Amino acid sequence: MGLQSLTLHINGEKRVVNVRFADTLLYALRGNLGLTGAKPGCLNGDCGACTVNVDGWPMKSCLMLAVEAVGKEVTTVEGVKGEPIQHAFVENFAFQCGYCTPGFIMNCRSLIQHHPDADDAKVKEWLESNICRCTGYAEIQQAVKSVINKE
Amino acid sequence: MLPFDFDYYRPKNLQEAVELYRHLRQSGRQPMYISGATELITLGRIDLVFTDAVIDIKDIPECREIGFDGDYLVLGSALTLTAIEEANLFPLLTKTSSEIADHTARGKITLGGNICGQIFYREAVLPFLLADSQAVIIGPEGVKVHYIDELFQKTLQLGNGEFLVQLATDKRHVDVPFISIKRRQQWETGYPLITAAALKIGGEIRVAISGLCPFPFRSNQMEAAINRDGLSVENRVSAALTVLPEPILNDIEGSADYRLFVLQNLLNDILAELDGINS
Amino acid sequence: MLKVVGKSVIRKEAYDKVSGRAKYTNDYQSTGMLSGKIVISPYGHAKIVNIDTSRAWKVPGVRAILAGKHYPLTGEAIRDRPPIAVGKVRYHGEPVALVVADTPTQAKTAADLIHVQYELLPVVNSPTQAFQRDAPLVHEHLGEYEKEEDSHPVPGTNIATHIKIRKGNMEQGWAESETVVEASISFSPSDHAAMETRCSTAEITPDGKIIIMTSSQAPFMVKRLISMYFDEDMGKIIVHTPLVGGAYGGKASVHLEVLAYLASKEVGGRPVKVWNTREEDMITSPCHIGLDATVKLGAGRDGKLKAAFIQYLWDGGAYSDKAIDVTRSGAVDCTGPYRIDNVWCDSYCMYTNHPFAAPFRGFSHSELSFAIERTMDLLAQKLNMDPLELRYINAIRPGDTTPTRVKLNSSNLGDLPSCIEKVRELIKWDEGQIQEINERLVRVKGVSCSWKTSTIDTDAPSGAILTFNRDGSINLMSGVVEIGTGTKTILAQILAERLKMDVDKIHVRMEVDTQTTPEHWKTVASRGTYMGGRAVLEAADDVIRQLKEVASCALRAPVEDFEVADSRVFLRDDPSIGLHFKEVGYGYKYPNGNTIGGQIIGRGNFVLRHLTHLDPETGAGKPGPEWTPAAYAVEIEFDRRDCTYRILKACSVVDAGKVMNEKAALGQVMGAMSMGLAFAGRETFYFDELGRVLNTQLRTYRPLRYGENPDYLVGFVERPALDSPYGARGLGEHGLMGMPGALGNALSIAAGVPLNNLPLIPELIWKARRGTHHASL
Ligand SMILES: Cc1cc2nc3c(=O)[nH]c(=O)nc-3n(C[C@H](O)[C@H](O)[C@H](O)COP(=O)(O)OP(=O)(O)OC[C@H]3O[C@@H](n4cnc5c(N)ncnc54)[C@H](O)[C@@H]3O)c2cc1C
Ligand code: FES
Ligand code: FES
Repeated sequence: MGLQSLTLHINGEKRVVNVRFADTLLYALRGNLGLTGAKPGCLNGDCGACTVNVDGWPMKSCLMLAVEAVGKEVTTVEGVKGEPIQHAFVENFAFQCGYCTPGFIMNCRSLIQHHPDADDAKVKEWLESNICRCTGYAEIQQAVKSVINKE
Repeated sequence: MLPFDFDYYRPKNLQEAVELYRHLRQSGRQPMYISGATELITLGRIDLVFTDAVIDIKDIPECREIGFDGDYLVLGSALTLTAIEEANLFPLLTKTSSEIADHTARGKITLGGNICGQIFYREAVLPFLLADSQAVIIGPEGVKVHYIDELFQKTLQLGNGEFLVQLATDKRHVDVPFISIKRRQQWETGYPLITAAALKIGGEIRVAISGLCPFPFRSNQMEAAINRDGLSVENRVSAALTVLPEPILNDIEGSADYRLFVLQNLLNDILAELDGINS
Repeated sequence: MLKVVGKSVIRKEAYDKVSGRAKYTNDYQSTGMLSGKIVISPYGHAKIVNIDTSRAWKVPGVRAILAGKHYPLTGEAIRDRPPIAVGKVRYHGEPVALVVADTPTQAKTAADLIHVQYELLPVVNSPTQAFQRDAPLVHEHLGEYEKEEDSHPVPGTNIATHIKIRKGNMEQGWAESETVVEASISFSPSDHAAMETRCSTAEITPDGKIIIMTSSQAPFMVKRLISMYFDEDMGKIIVHTPLVGGAYGGKASVHLEVLAYLASKEVGGRPVKVWNTREEDMITSPCHIGLDATVKLGAGRDGKLKAAFIQYLWDGGAYSDKAIDVTRSGAVDCTGPYRIDNVWCDSYCMYTNHPFAAPFRGFSHSELSFAIERTMDLLAQKLNMDPLELRYINAIRPGDTTPTRVKLNSSNLGDLPSCIEKVRELIKWDEGQIQEINERLVRVKGVSCSWKTSTIDTDAPSGAILTFNRDGSINLMSGVVEIGTGTKTILAQILAERLKMDVDKIHVRMEVDTQTTPEHWKTVASRGTYMGGRAVLEAADDVIRQLKEVASCALRAPVEDFEVADSRVFLRDDPSIGLHFKEVGYGYKYPNGNTIGGQIIGRGNFVLRHLTHLDPETGAGKPGPEWTPAAYAVEIEFDRRDCTYRILKACSVVDAGKVMNEKAALGQVMGAMSMGLAFAGRETFYFDELGRVLNTQLRTYRPLRYGENPDYLVGFVERPALDSPYGARGLGEHGLMGMPGALGNALSIAAGVPLNNLPLIPELIWKARRGTHHASL
């Protein structure tokens, strides 16, 4: 027991972290690596604020143990640089307080990669996973659609 | 963040997993099999689950199997619900599964975890109960295969050190007429108020239900009532409502009375959908 | 012609927010920072018999355990709340102990090992029950607490305050009323559920500086209250607030800060972080108030309102704190936006064994609007009148008076009739209120109205400081907290407009710290733009004056001949003669090196004028500067068999005075509508008989999710408030306030039964229908 030394692949880099087996990926990202883009909102898999990408899929990092991420490619919002979805969120006013935003961006990004031509039902199926308490979702919908239609 | 520490093992094959469990038990530990780990994390966080040794079975090839093998569709217990939906080999399962939790969470929640979990909805078991699927389990006594409706009595009845490896479903039961409806307290997200899944096989409608009682079930008596010849839909549904298992849930999602009202409507909808279809 | 104000200027912190760089309180972690973990009461009302911390102390890393000690009582209007419970607990979630340890895990492990023995006490589970004569008392010593002058607790009861409105002559009012309706309306407390849970850190330096960082709407209040509660020098308290991840009123209360401060003090001043889990954030920290209301309205044959009797029993929870203000605010605008000459209102803040209440977006108005608007629809029904028309003819207009007898004019009151007309168009009211789809489905529209003034302290200040950079750009500092409303960007727009400069050349300091940022009372009540904006305008004028002075000297021309625009100060009749800001912002330097002036620093401040306390017997007084009205509609599709429904469209029209940033304003209104619909349609705390909240997770307490939202129809009316920058009225709360009423009205018609409770879940509708079916048998 105690601390374990794990090697994680994060945003294209190998990072060694000393964590407990009982620590979540979210905890390791924020507490050990200073990557505070993924946010804790519930630690229960409910809100999506902690969403990152693992091997290209959206993942609630509070639902994954850090040790489970060994050998996988983890991307956090800090590793997403100037992608269309980020600009789309800005231009469409798709956030207010911004707390849910990293999670939404990571989910949207994965959605666009897997389903570049997603229809409304697909978008809804994916984006139901995150809560935004500030917006009424209309702007988020516009932002996502603006990228889907372009690609 | 879990308030307790544990060791973490990732066995590469079935025997290793079973052996680890046995060994840990013998040394006085409280081992636990996990696959998706979501329940370990979320219930562990609030002191509803404890273990000091985690055996993660998701690397075991048998637990990841997905596809047809002879006359059977084989689905490994460590498959995530998303993986099952993407493959879409069992349309009823795809439908029922796609209403569980949310899309991102389903990328982590596994079939075995949902069926064996403490959170009592266990919606993913419904299609298997209906399709007379078989459960492949392994434990200290080796591999066993059971019909799931024998093994699943409110929960999957597993002995000490046993775990679910796969579910095998007769190919002929996979592509039959079906309907799956999830009703929630309000709108389109949240736990089920009631989820009802139904299949039509050999002219008979089969129904399995989650959210009505603190366990999912399929009931022969209900099915007998529903399929009774020569009665009106109304009478068949009423008859089915008289033979429900106990207790009916009465909680924050809905009162027992209201659940019965919802169930009645759901049964009507199921009959409306499946009555006329030949199978 | 306005160049910057009104445009959809992108918020200043936008790129930080999409790149993960935006930091919130819990994102700051210093080495050596300890973790605090709260042990909460599992019961609503219980005597604490014993607290055993011995096992917890054995956990490695534990540095302090705070439990069972008497600290000074806290609470804003009445000091009734021990920071950590002593003797008894009064709500589920109340802190009974606080563990401080090296890591969060150790703190949690130790907290779990603290054993508290309780003896259950009878629970006060609703404000109506609290109001009964023989109800158990939540506070036995209510008479002994220190309190503010305008709190009126009644010792020996559960009444924390009682606000009276006595306007006109009730006897005459009822005599003139040919039609009278009465309704009882009720809903339980719920939650703000901001995505960022509350977090506070505190550190006390060896020289006595108290450094707090907190996710708060009221950092300046934290400073004042810590100073007052614990007799600390105000100047030694420095409160930092970075970006806040949603607040909606819930972060206007001062709560966790006190725990962090006490914890740090207990460990010799070392930094301690107290961070709420979601479960704690829902029940330990203050929640959204509940209400039991009785409304009786009388109208003449023509539908004109003549009299109103209103009783509000607010569910203030176990401690009164901000609920006292909410209760007062509810009295002030108790009638909704209608002219009624005879009004009798009793607004009571009741103690119950529920989590205590914070303000919630709308500050009592979303709650009271549901009560009033449901009753208005009952009246329309009884009068057999078009519900929108009933509202139109009664709409409050210039020349009318408010319940507290403020005389209204076209500046201090927005234009409700125009809002109603616009709603009529947007929702296509004239195509019919009810549309049959088939045997099961029916589409129904419901309408409502609201209004609001902001009841804030009569001496609430707002200040702004502007400093120049050497490149001629300007830094703007205001005490407004960026909680998501984009107010700081709007302040930059106001500044850019006044200085006629490029808004990109204005840098806004997002973080607030109470040592160097001028005070903005609290970022609440949609007052940031009005008050912060006025302060910025004054600071801008100060800067203009200084620019002209320096230019006048440098260019040897009278001050009066200069203009400021495009980052230059220049001669009006010959703009080619002038200086760029970068040549004057840091003083003007002559070719030989002589310099005049220095860094230009602009200052501005603002206090609302002529606000008064309310008369305790009649309520007369001026509680706020202006009233923003709004009108609403909701269209639903109802399934008669299942009692389920979808919300197809939701419409809000607000008199914004002036829309300062179009997309931001739309976003504010739509976001508020979404929250209002969730409050109306799904969100509530479920209590058991022990006063326990049964749904403290977002899995079971469910805000609206993507795709559950309706189509939004948003409109604005712009009748300026003359004293506000560019005429802007508050609008951050208004989208929410009418949603419960409009939804309730639509569903009541669709289901054919009055629905006077929230949330409007299918089961509630089913029960109401079943109730009437049984009754008619
Ligand atoms: C956000 C969220 C929403 C949810 N909503 C729903 C919902 O709507 N409907 C619903 O039905 N459920 C819902 N759940 C519950 C979820 O499906 C269960 O918690 C499930 O257990 C999680 O699967 P897992 O693979 O992560 O489980 P794990 O945490 O890995 O395991 C869960 C339990 O099952 C046991 N177990 C796991 N695999 C096996 C195996 N192969 N053999 C024997 N035992 C095994 C473990 O020992 C453990 O006790 C929700 C969960 C979350 C996080
Ligand atoms: S923190 Fe992970 S889903 Fe909420
Ligand atoms: S922007 Fe605040 S929660 Fe989404």
